[in-house]
Amino acid sequence: MKRVYVNEQWCLGCHLCEYNCAFAQTGEKDMARALKGKTIYPNIHVEESESVCFAVNCRHCADAQCVKNCIAGALSKKDGVVEIDQSKCVGCYTCVLSCPYGCIAPNETGVMQKCQLCLSTAEGTPRCVAGCPNQAIVFEEREEV
Amino acid sequence: MTEFKYIIIGNSHAGVGTVEGIRQADRTGSIAVISDEPHDCYGRPLISYLLEGKTTREKINYRPADFYVKNQVTKFFGRRAEAVDAKAKIVTLDDGRTLRYEKLMIATGSSPFVPPMRGLDGVPKYYTFMKLDDALALEKALSPEKRVLIVGAGLIGLKCAEGIARRVRHITVIDLAERILSSILDEDGAKLVQKHIEEQNISFILGQSADHFEGNAAVLQNGARVEFDILVLAVGVRPNLALFEQIGAACGKGVRVDASGRTSVPDVFAAGDCVERLDISCGASRILAILPDAYGGGEAAGVCMAGGQSRFDKAIPMNAIGFFGLHVLTAGSYRGKVYEKVDDTGYKKLFYEDNRLKGFIIIGDAARAGIYTALIREQTPLDTVDFPALCRQPALIAFGAAYRKEKLGGVR
Repeated sequence: MKRVYVNEQWCLGCHLCEYNCAFAQTGEKDMARALKGKTIYPNIHVEESESVCFAVNCRHCADAQCVKNCIAGALSKKDGVVEIDQSKCVGCYTCVLSCPYGCIAPNETGVMQKCQLCLSTAEGTPRCVAGCPNQAIVFEEREEV
Repeated sequence: MTEFKYIIIGNSHAGVGTVEGIRQADRTGSIAVISDEPHDCYGRPLISYLLEGKTTREKINYRPADFYVKNQVTKFFGRRAEAVDAKAKIVTLDDGRTLRYEKLMIATGSSPFVPPMRGLDGVPKYYTFMKLDDALALEKALSPEKRVLIVGAGLIGLKCAEGIARRVRHITVIDLAERILSSILDEDGAKLVQKHIEEQNISFILGQSADHFEGNAAVLQNGARVEFDILVLAVGVRPNLALFEQIGAACGKGVRVDASGRTSVPDVFAAGDCVERLDISCGASRILAILPDAYGGGEAAGVCMAGGQSRFDKAIPMNAIGFFGLHVLTAGSYRGKVYEKVDDTGYKKLFYEDNRLKGFIIIGDAARAGIYTALIREQTPLDTVDFPALCRQPALIAFGAAYRKEKLGGVR
């Protein structure tokens, strides 16, 4: 199963992944037009200190706590990918309480959103990875955690 | 007599977890699910959202419509399991039919507790608030001129209040406890949430119970009279243990199970609100009565019923609950030392002892709170992380490079 993995020694802390993620969600063609002046709700977040920085997004866990604990049955796992049916989500935050990586959060309407690896977009591959200038995040097969 | 390899009594989250657990280890063994409710499994905690209009009868379903067919489940819905003979391995339904099992899951949950209250039999009608049919019955009574009295300021009573607040004239909530949500909040946190709820045309009378009822009025211990058009009783719940008592399964407050969901009776498993299990945040056996425990306990038991290996052994209390846009996230046990940050942006208390995080209360800014939950569940030694940094903000940067290499880099 291909996943987004982090090579933190290469991360520049440029936050481009966050913009590319938010852009991918809009379905627009021009990033500036899609995002300019707007609060963005990316599914990937860069954490940084003076000595280290890295990007974090959903791990699509084998034993996904968010899926097991969702009170609405809105989260499910299909072919190794943790998906959300936003029409079923009531915004109760049980998934926020459950995710060990802090990788699920509400959008501006209070409904939860999360990384689905851009599988449903035209490109079908994670836009955060495609736009990373330094291969600090990669989409590849590794041993599943 | 019909025979099934697996019989599951109960079709809520523990029952569905059991089906999914069984199917991880056994793709074909016959499964029967018995439920006294006539519905496919729905999100129980969603009934308040249904009344609020945030979900619908269709979307409230916990699993896709083809769930039972895909998992080859024979449904006995709208039927009660009246008796279990654990020696002969036979379940008797309320219509007299008998079903034989090899492995049995009893996930009978809990029921609203209605304490004996003088004059209650003179109240024309009262409501409880646990099941879909309870919510639908209550919904029929709602209208803009109605005054509602809810007895019980716990999770159920207050979610009920939120669900119907826009559809009635006024709501009064009374509770014998001095604070609201006493099972999950400390005094200061409860005050904050109470103030927020009071802004929504909901009043509280705390430290008081109904001494008796006179028709459509409750007379409190202090003599005050609260008139109502609709009465909701949300005092508490009691586990449904009758079947366990029939078969002599060891019970404390709930039926006792191990991490595989086994009761003391051979081939009989249990999960959900009727069980008590080890809460690792306090080291005691407790009824947790939360969905993660129901689903996770059911799933692990299902795997074991089908001969596989699975353990549900990191159970802790955890609740995410919101009222009118204010979110309250809590987990674990409130013991030991306290890190506290209370200001305009939110309310956060972290409880820790013996080098472990034991519990937390977060009101307001809930972002990434699951990082704290994982510290409790995994019993992570706090001297292996940057705990002062974590106290300020939950983030993976506090965990060190080796942890990140494994969790984010997929390298063991």
